[in-house]
Amino acid sequence: MAEAHPVGFQWVMEAKARGAKVIHVDPRFTRTSALADTYVPIRAGSDIAFLGGIVNHVLSNELDFRDYVVAYTNAATIVSGDFRDTDDLDGLFSGFDPETRTYDPSSWQYAEEQEERSAAQADDSGDTETQRETAAGLQSESHGMQVQGNPPRDPSLQHPNCVYQILKRHYARYTPEMVARTCGVSEEQFLEVAQAWAENSRRDRTTALVYSVGWTQHSVGVQYIRTGAILQLLLGNMGRPGGGIMALRGHASIQGSTDIPTLFNLLPGYLPMPNAEEHQSLEQWIDAVRKPGSKGFWSNAGAYGVNLLKAYWGEAATPENDFCFDYLPKITGDHGTYRTVMDMIDGQVKGYFLLGQNPAVGSAHGRAQRLGMANLDWVVVRDLFEIESATFWKTSPEVATGEIVPEQCRTEVFLMPAASHTEKEGTFTQTQRMLQWREKALDPKGDCRSELWFFYHLGRMVRERYAGSTDERDRPLLDLAWDYPTHGGPGDGEWGEPDAEAVLKEINGYEVATGRPLSSFTEMRDDGSTLGGCWIYTGVFADGVNQAARRKPGAEQGYVAPEWGWAWPANRRMLYNRASADPEGRPWSERKAYVWWDEAAQEWTGHDVPDFEKTKPPTYLPAEDAEGVAAIAGADPFIMQGDGKGALFVPQGLIDGPMPTHYEPVESPFRNPFYAQQANPTRKDYVREDNPMNPSPPEEHSEVFPYVFTTSRLTEHHTAGGMSRYVARLAELQPEMFVEVSPELAAERGLENGGFATIVTLRSAIEARVLVTERLSPLRVDGRVIHQVWLPYHWGEGGLVTGDSANDLIGVSLDPNVLIQESKVGTCDVQPGRRPTGPALRELVADYLRRSQGTTGEGERP
Amino acid sequence: MSPAEPHLEQRDTEAVPGRPGRRKGGRGGERSMVPEAEFTSYYGRPIVKPAPWEADIPAYLFAGGLAAGSSLIAAGADLTGRPALRRTGRLGALGALGVSMFALVHDLGKPSRFYNMLRTAKLTSPMSVGTWILSLYGPWAGLAAAAEGTRLLPESARRRAPVALLGRLDRPTGVLAAVFAPPVAAYTAVLLSDTATPSWHEAFRELPFVFVGSGAAAAAGLGLLAAPVHETGPVRRLAAGAAALELVMEHRMEQSMGLTAEPLHHGKVGRLMRAAKGLTAAGAVGAALGGRHRGLAAASGLALLAGSACTRFGIFEAGQASARDPKYTVVPQRERLEREGPVRYRE
Amino acid sequence: MTSLFNDNDLWGPLDPSADAGYGEDRPARKGFFTDTSICIGCKACEVACKEWNDVPADHFDMTATSYDNSHSLNANQWRHVAFVERPAGPAPVDLGMPGVAPTDAVSAGSTAGGAGSTAGGLLDNGADAAPDFRWLMSSDVCKHCTHAACLDVCPTGSLFRSEFGTVVVQDDICNGCGYCVPACPYGVISRREGPDGSRNVGIAQKCTLCYDRLDAGKTPACAQACPTQSIQFGDVEELRERADARVAQLHEAGVMDARLYGNDPDDGVGGAGAFFLLLDEPEVYGMPPDPVVTTKDLPQMFRRATTAAVVMFAGAALSFLGRRP
Ligand SMILES: Nc1nc2c(c(=O)[nH]1)N[C@H]1C(S)=C(S)[C@@H](COP(=O)(O)OP(=O)(O)OC[C@H]3O[C@@H](n4cnc5c(=O)[nH]c(N)nc54)[C@H](O)[C@@H]3O)O[C@H]1N2
Ligand SMILES: Nc1nc2c(c(=O)[nH]1)N[C@H]1C(S)=C(S)[C@@H](COP(=O)(O)OP(=O)(O)OC[C@H]3O[C@@H](n4cnc5c(=O)[nH]c(N)nc54)[C@H](O)[C@@H]3O)O[C@H]1N2
Ligand code: SF4
Ligand code: SF4
Ligand code: SF4
Ligand code: SF4
Ligand code: SF4
Ligand SMILES: [Mo]
Repeated sequence: MAEAHPVGFQWVMEAKARGAKVIHVDPRFTRTSALADTYVPIRAGSDIAFLGGIVNHVLSNELDFRDYVVAYTNAATIVSGDFRDTDDLDGLFSGFDPETRTYDPSSWQYAEEQEERSAAQADDSGDTETQRETAAGLQSESHGMQVQGNPPRDPSLQHPNCVYQILKRHYARYTPEMVARTCGVSEEQFLEVAQAWAENSRRDRTTALVYSVGWTQHSVGVQYIRTGAILQLLLGNMGRPGGGIMALRGHASIQGSTDIPTLFNLLPGYLPMPNAEEHQSLEQWIDAVRKPGSKGFWSNAGAYGVNLLKAYWGEAATPENDFCFDYLPKITGDHGTYRTVMDMIDGQVKGYFLLGQNPAVGSAHGRAQRLGMANLDWVVVRDLFEIESATFWKTSPEVATGEIVPEQCRTEVFLMPAASHTEKEGTFTQTQRMLQWREKALDPKGDCRSELWFFYHLGRMVRERYAGSTDERDRPLLDLAWDYPTHGGPGDGEWGEPDAEAVLKEINGYEVATGRPLSSFTEMRDDGSTLGGCWIYTGVFADGVNQAARRKPGAEQGYVAPEWGWAWPANRRMLYNRASADPEGRPWSERKAYVWWDEAAQEWTGHDVPDFEKTKPPTYLPAEDAEGVAAIAGADPFIMQGDGKGALFVPQGLIDGPMPTHYEPVESPFRNPFYAQQANPTRKDYVREDNPMNPSPPEEHSEVFPYVFTTSRLTEHHTAGGMSRYVARLAELQPEMFVEVSPELAAERGLENGGFATIVTLRSAIEARVLVTERLSPLRVDGRVIHQVWLPYHWGEGGLVTGDSANDLIGVSLDPNVLIQESKVGTCDVQPGRRPTGPALRELVADYLRRSQGTTGEGERP
Repeated sequence: MSPAEPHLEQRDTEAVPGRPGRRKGGRGGERSMVPEAEFTSYYGRPIVKPAPWEADIPAYLFAGGLAAGSSLIAAGADLTGRPALRRTGRLGALGALGVSMFALVHDLGKPSRFYNMLRTAKLTSPMSVGTWILSLYGPWAGLAAAAEGTRLLPESARRRAPVALLGRLDRPTGVLAAVFAPPVAAYTAVLLSDTATPSWHEAFRELPFVFVGSGAAAAAGLGLLAAPVHETGPVRRLAAGAAALELVMEHRMEQSMGLTAEPLHHGKVGRLMRAAKGLTAAGAVGAALGGRHRGLAAASGLALLAGSACTRFGIFEAGQASARDPKYTVVPQRERLEREGPVRYRE
Repeated sequence: MTSLFNDNDLWGPLDPSADAGYGEDRPARKGFFTDTSICIGCKACEVACKEWNDVPADHFDMTATSYDNSHSLNANQWRHVAFVERPAGPAPVDLGMPGVAPTDAVSAGSTAGGAGSTAGGLLDNGADAAPDFRWLMSSDVCKHCTHAACLDVCPTGSLFRSEFGTVVVQDDICNGCGYCVPACPYGVISRREGPDGSRNVGIAQKCTLCYDRLDAGKTPACAQACPTQSIQFGDVEELRERADARVAQLHEAGVMDARLYGNDPDDGVGGAGAFFLLLDEPEVYGMPPDPVVTTKDLPQMFRRATTAAVVMFAGAALSFLGRRP
């Protein structure tokens, strides 16, 4: 965190000064470790074993916050008798189809009072292969699971098939010995962490869990976070002050770009992108979200969807034409970034827009990225600098190897200069879901323009081009509500800068007839009388005031600081905060009071905006047949979940299983110590000759790649380097690509501090200067000493300081739920000296391929 | 030494080009005779910065000393009626002064920067004080040399008013130059010592004596070299006395410098300092015993000049080396801490 | 000669701006307390300083000494963040040198461990023999000494004492003589090098304590940028108290290595305007252990030089008093 979020880390330092204990678990000793009370070195890719061990520690010593667990989680809920765990099936859950490598999750569902399964539950139980292709897991995750009726519960937690007992059995084999064996963490250190976490939780205390991409970029990334969530729920750390799980996000407003997404499978506000087959009508689409008959806040999805369509097509969107639902593009499968790159290589993609992204350096498998781009008709790059993704055709390593010939490369590159964040107005949505308005500090130089300007005028010009068209298929374009006011800025008149506040106002939503801004999404109607671009952002323009621009200093308000910026939903700073009060609505403890039920006023109140219907009393019990919001009981805090409970066990929505299970990374020098199943069985693979994976046990020849590598960030650079390698005062701080190795590995491979090393995988070989440091230490894993090396991924061939790109080493294999690449762990070989150049580079890699006996094309590993 | 240190040292890299004060850290050249002192450093990097000065400065030190000594000799010769020696002294002083001014201006980059220094007078700055000393000395030395020059002119020319005036000022200017000369030779020691450069600062007690000795010896050497032997009697005595002063004080200096004397014995500096001693001693002995012999006198003179130059370059380089190696900053301070505790002001 | 200097002119406690002649209405002395125990090595201070003061960034070589690629304080680096990797206290075994460590990795036992904690061990899981390991970070800067050698020796008056008690170079007056460079006991100031034509080449440069910002009532750029308040800016008097309190707090918390450096007005430079809380010996961070301003000895130097000059004069005179040969 100190490395990648130094400004946020000041609060960790502040907490530490007040007595907080900081624990840092990381494969390498970082700036964060330097300031932590305890640093725990861990083998990259083994965190589920580590966390599973803590779950086991908590459960077997009954350290959970029992009152919370029974009331607020699904611990007591009884799961179908058909469910079989990984213990029985050696690493697989019941319902696995080896053909498609996906699960039929029917057996994971809650037991039913009646025999037959409800529509809401059964709905998700079908074809998870499609779900994997379309990253539908992400949608389901944010949508919560759907539950109808009242699944049986055993509050004594004794029923052998209740979630609590299943969880306990599942994690029983995650003993301290197994943690040590798998993660390379000593039992003492493991127990120190487990005890610290447990002791600092429950009624009077809370523990916060902070993670970032060290946990997500794995073929089991989603399940890493799930394990953290299980622990936080068991220890009563969710929805309570000082607790929670904090995803420290990446780019400025990367949270905003999930809320108003740049993802192929989502629309604003986490509405799913309609699927061509499944969602043929507005109703089908809406029902897929709201799941008629199910409980919770998604039951209003109709209003959210219609308001979005109205925002897109304005007056053209009417109840009669399903609010132009047909105009929405539909997806048919995997259109993710890595699929797209493969398709480029295969000649199936013509053009590419790159806005603030540098995949030639930043995305896994750099060679594939560049070969793909070199096979396009055109690419538009909007950036602050002439980055590698704009120069790949003349400067990339493939030019040296002869794979790209500049004179013959047919891709036409349009490089458009972008205005930087100081040169344009708008909002950033940060990691706490908070929107912060930012004024323009100065006009952009020369031809640099904002994204808003670019897209507005691009849309305008395209629409002008098509203005006279009577072709039906041009209607979506021509019917768009594309009429933003422009003001001043770099362009004049027709070329003016669109007013970003007008856009924010549309996102917020307003009454169509009067233009009155909506103050809450509860005001949204599904009849076309209101319009709003992103339902969760409704309220940011409440009362016609840009709430995101509020800047009241923290010292002038309470510690929750509700008048600084604006957080979705409804300016709520903590989600599920109903859980900060006990089932009766009283704070669990005085120390940890946050929101509570005011008996006299008969409403929820507290420091934050309560995440609960304001006047629903704690005693409220829904009727048997209640639906939607009404079905959430007065003591059920997790209101987006169908049963209002925090999910320790997840019956729906995850491709790879209802409970996290340790699988080895796709590339690992070790056999999975827990089960016969080696890696995540449902991971997304692209088995192609140009995407070979290093062999891992039980395959042969894994010893060709004896070391584990991980990649991450340096404080001094930013991601693919576009904003740091091109800026002298940053570039000089870390002027060269390097690899960190332990003194022991340096000795083993004859590496000299300051000298060069070559790092090889089956994708490519790169060179880096060597930094020998005790911050990396060999670990003893499964009886063997394992060396890990660390690589920053900030370099490419452009900018003031150049170097090989770590992403050239990485192959494409993805988490099945959200399709994130496994870029945090892989295997490699390390040799002293510089890499060969030109065609010899490919020969070196080919030699390694021969030595690893060609795993390419041979299909999946177990 | 905690085991971490050698490895911190080991990791320091070579000189970083293009940046000030970034030379190779640590122990270049020969190994010390004594066991390596135990100390910690930051990757072997220097703590204090070596002066950003090059050969100009030791050349300036040498020439300044030579000029000062020569003015003294010239005045003595004048007063005791040794015209050839007087001429040698005056012209030598002017030449040496020219060399030293050239070196100084070359070091500064442009002449205007020298005048900048005349805009203030600062007692705490030996360089400022030195500038004023030079300014007080230089004109007299110049006038004396000019007066000397008038003697070469035909009688008719010498009667013209300005030239005649110069001729009348002949002796007074020569004496004034001699009065201001010793500070010129001595202040340069303060110039070096008033720094944090360990081997210069630690030498501050004896260095002025070494420098005046060296300057006088060099000037005597020039006299021996250029003046006829029948006039060089005092110069031979001066040579012997100056060399003795320099050598004795140099020895005492090394005794009192402690660890910071070490760079005087290492590598190139070691060779320079050994040469300095050898040449100076040989020159002095040669002057004393064989000074009446023209060839021997000249050889002795040369030896004395060379010895003086070696002394200046040696001491200059020793200081630079001591600044580049953190050992000479850390160890003496550590030792003092252990001996006396931290340096603290007491009323 | 001593009498030429006033009391404590050359060393000892002193209010430097008063000594420099600023009147009663001068502002309180300003300075830094840099608490290295909370520095996270982000280098924001380095970058902010360069941005604000337009210090060139043209040095693109990796030094391979931890994460320190800025090397040292110098004319182009007015803040410098040091990165020290070392065992906390004497290590039980020789860790060997990079590249020549014992081949038996396990016996090396050089496992990294968290600050103040023990690392997970290589030595058979559980064996707690791995030495503590620390990664110390510290942002160094000009000390703005009470007795500033650089200022004292400057022959042009280019270096001057500001009303805030700080030491500032006027780069338009500096003549590049370079005398200040060896004078500084901390190796801070140096002459700018660079390609011809770039700014102020040959001119001495160092931290000005953001004189222009102080003048405008602002915090210096580096302190403003520091995310953890490792760099604390303020009135020196008040900062000294804060520093004492912080050390006491750390000692109470068991961090016995914590110590102050440069805070004592009785020390060898009369107290630094920018002082530090360190977690190890100063030399570990590249600072002198017990620096003394060189001008402390200046009166003695002048006395010696005067004597030497007299000796020279007398010696020459004596040589001529003898009999004519
Ligand atoms: N200075 C700077 N700041 C940045 C960025 C930048 O490039 N530079 N990028 C921004 C962006 S886009 C993002 S997404 C965030 C990312 O922020 P972070 O996730 O904090 O960044 P990383 O450095 O990629 O990874 C964090 C740590 O994960 C560790 N790690 C790797 N594998 C594993 C593992 O298997 N288990 C565990 N426990 N740890 C592992 C790495 O060693 C690394 O120290 O940072 C943002 N902030
Ligand atoms: N091996 C490995 N690979 C990784 C990761 C890893 O940890 N390891 N991390 C991954 C993560 S989390 C991320 S987020 C990605 C990042 O990877 P990318 O997003 O591909 O890389 P960036 O360098 O962040 O690209 C951002 C570009 O936007 C430009 N830019 C900045 N501001 C603006 C603007 O206002 N408008 C426009 N048009 N352009 C602008 C910058 O100059 C820069 O070139 O890398 C991923 N790749
Ligand atoms: S770059 Fe911006 S978001 Fe990242 S740590 Fe710095 S201030 Fe925070
Ligand atoms: S630290 Fe050095 S440069 Fe700074 S004021 Fe003191 S003597 Fe001058
Ligand atoms: S280099 Fe400039 S600042 Fe330094 S002493 Fe000389 S004139 Fe003064
Ligand atoms: S005070 Fe100003 S000049 Fe000095 S280091 Fe900080 S930013 Fe740089
Ligand atoms: S800005 Fe602060 S925390 Fe960052 S390196 Fe500088 S002193 Fe340390
Ligand atoms: Mo990211």
